Amino acid sequence: MRNQGILKRIAGPVVTAVGMDAHMYDVVKVGKEELMGEVIKIQEDMTIIQVYEDTSGIRPGEPVVNTGLPLSVELGPGLLKSIYDGIQRPLAVLITKQGNFISRGVSAPGLDRTKKWEFKPVVKAGDRVGPGSILGEVQETNIVHRIMVPPKVKGSVVKSIKPGSFTVEEVVCVLEDGTQITMMQKWPVRVSRPVKEKLNPDIPLLTGQRILDGLFPIAKGGTAAIPGPFGSGKTVTQQQLAKWSDSEIVVYVGCGERGNEMTEVLTEFPKLVDPKSGKPLMERTVLIANTSNMPVAAREASVYTAITIAEYFRDMGYDVSLMADSTSRWAEAMREISSRLEEMPGEEGYPAYLAARLSEFYERAGRVLNLNGKNGSVSVIGAVSPPGGDFSEPVTQNTLRIVKVFWALDAKLSQRRHFPAINWLNSYSLYLDALQGWYDREVSPEWNKVRAWAMEILEKEAELQEIVQLVGSDALPEEQQITIEVARMVREIFLQQNAYDPVDTYCDMTKQFAMLTAIRKYSEYAYAAQAAGVLLPQIIAVKSKGELPQIKFIKDYKPALEKIMASMDAEFSAMRAG
Amino acid sequence: MKEYKTINQIAGPLVFVEKTEPVGYGELVNIILSDGSIKRGQVLDTSDELVVVQVFETTAGIGRDSGIRFTGETIKMPVGKGMLGRILSGGGKPIDGGPEIVPEKRLDITGAAINPYARHSPEEFIQTGISTIDGMNTLVRGQKLPIFSGAGLPHNDIALQIARQAKVLGSKEPFAVVFAAMGITKEEANHFMADFERTGALERAVVFLNLADDPAVERIITPRLALTTAEYLAFELSMHVLVILTDMTNYCEALRQIGAAREEVPGRRGYPGYMYTDLASIYERAGLIHGVKGSITQFPILTMPGDDITHPIPDLSGYITEGQLVISRELHRKGIYPPINVLPSLSRLMNLGIGAAHTREDHKKVSDQCYAAYAEGNDLRGLVAIVGKEALSERDRLFLEFADQFEDRFVRQGPNEDRSIVQTLDLSWELLSMLPVEQLVRIDRPLIEKYHPKFRGEKKGAPAQAAPQG
Repeated sequence: MRNQGILKRIAGPVVTAVGMDAHMYDVVKVGKEELMGEVIKIQEDMTIIQVYEDTSGIRPGEPVVNTGLPLSVELGPGLLKSIYDGIQRPLAVLITKQGNFISRGVSAPGLDRTKKWEFKPVVKAGDRVGPGSILGEVQETNIVHRIMVPPKVKGSVVKSIKPGSFTVEEVVCVLEDGTQITMMQKWPVRVSRPVKEKLNPDIPLLTGQRILDGLFPIAKGGTAAIPGPFGSGKTVTQQQLAKWSDSEIVVYVGCGERGNEMTEVLTEFPKLVDPKSGKPLMERTVLIANTSNMPVAAREASVYTAITIAEYFRDMGYDVSLMADSTSRWAEAMREISSRLEEMPGEEGYPAYLAARLSEFYERAGRVLNLNGKNGSVSVIGAVSPPGGDFSEPVTQNTLRIVKVFWALDAKLSQRRHFPAINWLNSYSLYLDALQGWYDREVSPEWNKVRAWAMEILEKEAELQEIVQLVGSDALPEEQQITIEVARMVREIFLQQNAYDPVDTYCDMTKQFAMLTAIRKYSEYAYAAQAAGVLLPQIIAVKSKGELPQIKFIKDYKPALEKIMASMDAEFSAMRAG
Repeated sequence: MKEYKTINQIAGPLVFVEKTEPVGYGELVNIILSDGSIKRGQVLDTSDELVVVQVFETTAGIGRDSGIRFTGETIKMPVGKGMLGRILSGGGKPIDGGPEIVPEKRLDITGAAINPYARHSPEEFIQTGISTIDGMNTLVRGQKLPIFSGAGLPHNDIALQIARQAKVLGSKEPFAVVFAAMGITKEEANHFMADFERTGALERAVVFLNLADDPAVERIITPRLALTTAEYLAFELSMHVLVILTDMTNYCEALRQIGAAREEVPGRRGYPGYMYTDLASIYERAGLIHGVKGSITQFPILTMPGDDITHPIPDLSGYITEGQLVISRELHRKGIYPPINVLPSLSRLMNLGIGAAHTREDHKKVSDQCYAAYAEGNDLRGLVAIVGKEALSERDRLFLEFADQFEDRFVRQGPNEDRSIVQTLDLSWELLSMLPVEQLVRIDRPLIEKYHPKFRGEKKGAPAQAAPQG
């Protein structure tokens, strides 16, 4: 095995080495400065390498050393609250090592080697354990970090296991067959971690966002895409999801995004309080930041780093959400590397394997039965940024073929300051059928009917709006004018949600159901009154209806809603009587 | 230094050199012509057999007899305090007749990425004195906010007005302007220079000029030289630097030209697939750093080919920058200056820099309300074209009138009119008072009672400002 070669050619982030034996995706150290790279093509004696750092000044003839290992992440206590770059170098450590700017040739381990963690075993000597079995626990933040047998270790009996304070490299458990287990394990990022079986996605991932939970829900372990022309509120929507979704762990990867935006995430997350634990949201978050001006190859790797970390927490039995912002930048990184490799391009210069890579990635999501018998899930919410807002471009199209939920952000809505600016006509969720049972059980048997009613009203409104555009709303028959008014209520009361209002920012399913039911009730009253001959302006000017929007901002909304509904009933009775 | 005479191919801006000793990627190259003159270039691709050099000037005069010297280092920019007040070429050489720059440091022009963890979140409000920016698309220190314009629109005047008037209220910290021109005409450049001289801004400015007849390939390094200078001024000399880059469209054209010469696989509309990464390496060189005093605020200007905002240049820019100011041909035709259309414009960092702590408590709500009312009025114009004004309801007519007044009084202002943020906000209220109070749904009642001219008039007994009548 020749593990050292020499550089033959350098063209930007792609370099060629000769005289070295390598396997695909081996990690190599390039040049005298030992820049980190990864083998992406082998051709006769030539090894083609993508380098994760800037290659300026590197010359042919410099050495290349093959580590023989694939690109891996370190998994263990210390992941939470961390902020990494695309190849799991902690950004805070990089500052102490090289200052405010990221220069190259610096390595930093993903997990702190010196910090000691308090380990509490949950098995004892003599217990039989297998791959994935939970050996003990570490209270990492408010999250319990479960220490597991690495997936590739064969089943055996615990010979010794001890409680105490350990670093991630110290042995905490020895098996009968001699295997020594530390709290840290490594896993190659491009390989998904094994599970026993995939489960059906029949539990919704609740987000507290009415248009998402109510109309277009995503299941735990599901996949969703948010496309957004720039300026349509994509980032706010994703941050809302990170804050409010009922998953225990959040992995957020800023892939090729703005530096200042990442800073906003980095400064805002530590300030945010997790509504469930009362602790900072960071305590259950791992951030990966690879901004647009950081090396392109590391951007390509960043989404894999992120999903591997997500899978690791899933293996412990947690529900994890992975937010990838934005997968388009990831695809562009692939395109850039592919073009440097002089590969035959597919559509719009993207490599022909674009679709395969995307589907491989999204397929790593899912609700699963883990090797250790616990249930866990990884839900992936990927943002796509179609150039020019054109959804027919390859990244969006290939993503839509795989994901089951599509939240169509709409710049027009955000221009009208309708937030979240998700278009209710273009969005869809394919989980509705699978989740129906859950909504029946947990919310109300009426829920699915109310939801269908709301969708129908919105659909009808869209049709009627076309006519209104031409002739004005006064020309419509009164019944249809009521439809338009009710649809407006659904939009303004139910769909619009203020992310910055302390109460409205999160809305649970019971409240969503109550709100939608109230609007539906008004519509029933209104049609009945109209049929009974009450004049339209009177129906529309009902006083209690005007108070309905306030419900959004009231925490203890039930008494207020009851009062409004009671006076609505009274008003309509009076109308019919008068 | 070894000189090679082994050029085997010259194609467009690229020179291919054979059989060299190992040459570093990105190295600076000197090409010696037979008449002794020297041209500069950079290594784009290096292997032991062939080195590809991108020449920053025209390749006219380069032949197989020309000599090639590899300098052994990447392109560096000599920087020093003496740069303020100087005019340099697009390649960084003084062209104002003054002496060479005395370098205090030589910095790599590529510039390293700021560690996202070291960045400080921008939050200081910059008052530009232009209502459409201050009121509706607020600029904050450390932001990169491009102007999306079109051919023949007054984007240069707007950029100049911003450079003249921009200030952080209550701050006397040192500031500087770095101006980089890429492929603009001599006439446009003169316009800028005359204004800098007239206002005395030149003393505090560093100017890089790559004019329309200068080599296109030089445009690739001009913004990088400018930003390297800006980083030196900001992060080493603690200045607040405003960088104006004009015109980024010419930069992108140069990028495409090189991509084509290298026979790369083209992306959308022939622009290289890495254009996003490349633009990011320019735009991302803005911001603030924890514990460091200076800052870089960027104003890139680009002209949208065919006024098409979905064209790759504005599109990719918009994904990197923190918003955009869109110049409207329609407003310009109506004779309104500055013709900034607030509807497609956006400042993503606005919320960080406004509110009680920075401007005034009512800023956000007033801005949202003006936006919504103007958007509605603007939509109604389409309807009026079909059904006529008479068919509108009384309410709709008010919104229509609001849109007209908004353009005429809020958007329109003089090129030397420097409105304070209080003036801008009060003007917003004055316009909003045309509408019935119950239509101001985006503003809380207490704010209305505090700032609405009608209520202010009642309370203080001051003469109520008359709502403008159509």
